[in-house]
Amino acid sequence: MKIIEPLLQFVVFPGFLFTAVAGLIFSWIDRKVTARVQYRIGPPWYQPFMDILKLLGKETMIPAGASKRVFLTAPLIGLAGVTIVSTLLCLADFDPNLGFVGDLIVVFYMLTLPALAIILGGFSSANPLASLGSSREMKLVLSYELPFILALLVPIIKSGGLLTIGGILNYQIAHGAIFASASGFIAVVVAMLCIQAKLGLVPFDISEAETEIVGGSFIEYSGPPLAIFKLTKAMLLFTLPLFVVVVFMGGITLQAKEVAWGILKLIALLVVIVLIRNTNPRLRIDQALRFFWGPVTILAILGVVLALFGH
Amino acid sequence: MDLKTKALTKSLWVFHMSTASCNNCDIEILDCLTPRHDVERFGIVLVGSIRHADVILATGIVNRNCRDIVKKMYEQAPKPCFVVAVGTCAAGRGIFHNSYIVNEAEPLDKIIPVHAYIPGCPPKPEAIIDGIVKLIDKVNKK
Ligand code: SF4
Repeated sequence: MKIIEPLLQFVVFPGFLFTAVAGLIFSWIDRKVTARVQYRIGPPWYQPFMDILKLLGKETMIPAGASKRVFLTAPLIGLAGVTIVSTLLCLADFDPNLGFVGDLIVVFYMLTLPALAIILGGFSSANPLASLGSSREMKLVLSYELPFILALLVPIIKSGGLLTIGGILNYQIAHGAIFASASGFIAVVVAMLCIQAKLGLVPFDISEAETEIVGGSFIEYSGPPLAIFKLTKAMLLFTLPLFVVVVFMGGITLQAKEVAWGILKLIALLVVIVLIRNTNPRLRIDQALRFFWGPVTILAILGVVLALFGH
Repeated sequence: MDLKTKALTKSLWVFHMSTASCNNCDIEILDCLTPRHDVERFGIVLVGSIRHADVILATGIVNRNCRDIVKKMYEQAPKPCFVVAVGTCAAGRGIFHNSYIVNEAEPLDKIIPVHAYIPGCPPKPEAIIDGIVKLIDKVNKK
């Protein structure tokens, strides 16, 4: 019986199923807001569900010359990563005393798994455009990880060197959200920029770039593997804002009024992401690298220094 | 109607294949995606890769150079995949009939199976949407 409960937590709630549904609804909000910004009506709420269902019913094609095993397992790696992150985050959020020392670091590393899956999938598909997309994704990962980890240092310093998500949450419940301080605000701005890149949305959709390399790493994917990639992206759209809310904005506590407030925070973050996406042109990969290693990293260091002085 | 067909008809991803058209039909296809017609309401989006396609919108006369490529493209699309001939050219050559570049013996529907024809030179966006609706009806009946 001991094994059943964690298994249920990973597969049903708050793991895979819950995150998938929430993520697909979030990706509908994304598409709807985009449509409204462009004076369109936009798709109905069940559209992302239909897309996934349809893709599951289609044929899987494996290109000649592709490394079949890597090609088919890459999507699963990404899905596993995002599922683990969302389970750990939600559990820590429901009960801050759960979790283990260092789960923040685990979450941080697991969050790079989807990017790794995209890189692997692209390189294994034996398509020049997919390889181009993968190499761009690799450079993008290199560029945003440095400011992202610097931004994460701020809540760790503020909470007195705690490396658990639950500890940071407890600190915020006692002392108010990290977001409210000067260094916390800077950290959130930096983290949001990195998240935009992690989600692969404009202006950082360099590795997908529909208009130049037609889908990048996903170009050869069809049917169920593509569905898994799309699902991973949708789940990230829910998990990454949740990560920011939990680590910087006081999380979502489980009292009736607070839950609504927490969901509002999540959706507000999502709308900010969508608006950034709709009002910017795509950067080149060298511009993105310069942007993240230049201004964003300097801003993040400023945040860390401010946090060290207790602001 | 089973769930698979329903999901398919509610989320058609179209791939735009130009086989030696005069480019007018291609522009009309793009018009369907603009705010005025907004086909994303019905779940229709334009995709860049043939591997993601559910519907191939073929425009143009299929000249001698294009013939083999068209065939290869259709083979690369994951099934079930439908082909729609957009414009009089794709349906029956139109003004390029008897032209030296036209591959007379093999029109589009001899090379690959075509599931719907949308006449017009170029067809209006309304006509293209109507054609897609008829295709959906046909798929649902099957
Ligand atoms: S049908 Fe008319 S508009 Fe369309 S490609 Fe042919 S000539 Fe051009």
